[in-house]
Amino acid sequence: MSVVTIENVDIVFGDNKAKTLPLMDKGHTRDQIIGMTGDVVGVQNANIEVNEGEICVLMGLSGSGKSTLLRAVNGLNKIARGRCLVRDGDDMVDMAKCDDTTLRHMRTRRVSMVFQSFALMPWLTVLENVAFGLEMQGMPKAERLKKAHEQLKMVSLDKWADKKPDELSGGMRQRVGLARAFAMDTDVLLMDEPFSALDPLIRSQLQDELIELQQRLNKTIIFVSHDLDEALKIGSKIAIMESARIIQEDTPEQIVLNPATEYVEKFVAHTNPLNVLCGSSLMTPVAELAVQDDLLVINDDIKMKLENGKLVSVQGPRGDIPTARWTPETILANVPDNTVFIVPANLAMRDAVEIRYHSNHFMVLEEADQCIGILNDHNFYHALLGKHFGREEEAA
Amino acid sequence: MNWLTDNKIPLGAWMENFVDWLVTAASGFFDLISITLETMIVTMVDAIDSIHPLAVIAIVLIGVWFLHRSIGLLIFITLSLLLIINMGYWVETIQTLVLVVSATAISVLIGVPIGIAAAHRPWLYTMLRPVLDLMQTIPTFVYLIPTLILFGLGYVPGLISTIIFAIAAPIRLTYLGVSKVPNELIEAGLAFGCTKSKLLYKVELPAAMPNIMAGVTQCIMLSLSMVVVAALVGADGLGKPVIRALNTVNISQGFEAGVAIVLVAIMLDRICKSPSSKNAG
Repeated sequence: MSVVTIENVDIVFGDNKAKTLPLMDKGHTRDQIIGMTGDVVGVQNANIEVNEGEICVLMGLSGSGKSTLLRAVNGLNKIARGRCLVRDGDDMVDMAKCDDTTLRHMRTRRVSMVFQSFALMPWLTVLENVAFGLEMQGMPKAERLKKAHEQLKMVSLDKWADKKPDELSGGMRQRVGLARAFAMDTDVLLMDEPFSALDPLIRSQLQDELIELQQRLNKTIIFVSHDLDEALKIGSKIAIMESARIIQEDTPEQIVLNPATEYVEKFVAHTNPLNVLCGSSLMTPVAELAVQDDLLVINDDIKMKLENGKLVSVQGPRGDIPTARWTPETILANVPDNTVFIVPANLAMRDAVEIRYHSNHFMVLEEADQCIGILNDHNFYHALLGKHFGREEEAA
Repeated sequence: MNWLTDNKIPLGAWMENFVDWLVTAASGFFDLISITLETMIVTMVDAIDSIHPLAVIAIVLIGVWFLHRSIGLLIFITLSLLLIINMGYWVETIQTLVLVVSATAISVLIGVPIGIAAAHRPWLYTMLRPVLDLMQTIPTFVYLIPTLILFGLGYVPGLISTIIFAIAAPIRLTYLGVSKVPNELIEAGLAFGCTKSKLLYKVELPAAMPNIMAGVTQCIMLSLSMVVVAALVGADGLGKPVIRALNTVNISQGFEAGVAIVLVAIMLDRICKSPSSKNAG
């Protein structure tokens, strides 16, 4: 069931909405509209549905409207047209039209937010900052300080509870921001470029922490980012925005494999494939392998025998090569060299490269007990050179 | 040119008529204010004066110790107050302090809410700005005359003139502080469900506190700078000996009274300033 539904949302900054909206419908661009009415179109005709437990990443450059759209979800930005529904128990509340009391209820109980520059109150201690939202929920003091302390423990900052935010490093401050948002126990978390102000090492560490927290807590997260690598790493769904419009909404892998426009393609060209691609999009399918004496040819020396779609043996120049089945629990160092691994089709490229590094051999992809393709060095080089990305591949 | 000078616009006469009208129409109101404030100030001065000076010093020292915990400041305050007693200006110092503290308290009580209101309504500040400029730039002697007529001789016209002169500081700095609260903090407040009043008390005012405190300190200093002017309309205090010294060309009296004023200024500045700078840092 969807937790947040954004339907045909337009957001306009300015006082001439009555004139601006018809101009938008007539297809005038954002720049033309600024010239004609002085209004700035923040978001135009956005549609997104975010389901429970999903991390939906709004991706785009600055000025693309991603933060503007995010702020519509908790009512910080007013919606000119359309609906932004957020689940409240069994109902869906339209944040664009609800009254002040409902809005406050949604903000204290259903939707919380993490900010790019942390937005911690400098006069409060770390602990009081985490308890800030709980105070707004009306929780008694002793109880909220206790809960805030637990949240701080969760982000391992409990020893810093009595410090002021300016005594903390950037990464620690954002962990306080995360703890403050998680303390609210809301279903929906809005994150506005939470890691952009941090240096790369801390950023990736916090991304990992977020992924780990999400696995435990299963929130519905809308995450704004200008970094496609980050979006691909943490997102279960990515919506790419360009000048106020959503131009593509898809799973991370589909964004990389099938960019909808040249703009998306440019982004995709600079990403690291290791984090995104999986075995089945990298592989050479069985059907494309040459056949010789009923054997599938891997290269001049190595051939592979299938029966009813199942791997029977791998024949090397000096007899059969042993095979082994890989699972995420497999410890590669314990498996002898010179082994061909049978791996699941959704194997991550990073794992595939790791296996290749240890086994010295290609690997065989399996899906539903059927061998569907192989992964060879050529496939890796192909992906690393970015040839998997973009639409050139289709042309080739 | 003759035509210009012959047809004089009666600006002064208008003002005089206005003040005359105020006196006849609202003299009861002004008398009430005058009597209330005068009684308040005289009572406070008498109350402090009735305590032994050394006991007053001890009380001040205890208070300052809890605020600042600085031995250096305690020594400075002790020596300053003893020197003032030695010079024979103890009562005048108390009178001045009461006047300054009252003027500051009233300025802050009126000024801070006005500053907050102005920060939330840009049009209000646009209207206020010329008024504040006027209040600070008109020579103080000029509005000393109407205040004298309206409130009579004594502490009150001095107090009112001081407030007119000093109130701009808390208004301006409160406005500055509240309107400069980072947008992200406001957004954070709203995103976590602040109501309008919660936003003011939990986010805007604490964030603006360093500025507001700077406004209070400035207000105290401006009030102190009015001590001599206030003495002209009969407000007792350290201004009186200065005026007397000026009229009799008495260098030694003028110097001693001047030193007392400077010591009071430094003490007040040190006592007020550091908590706010701690907040800011």
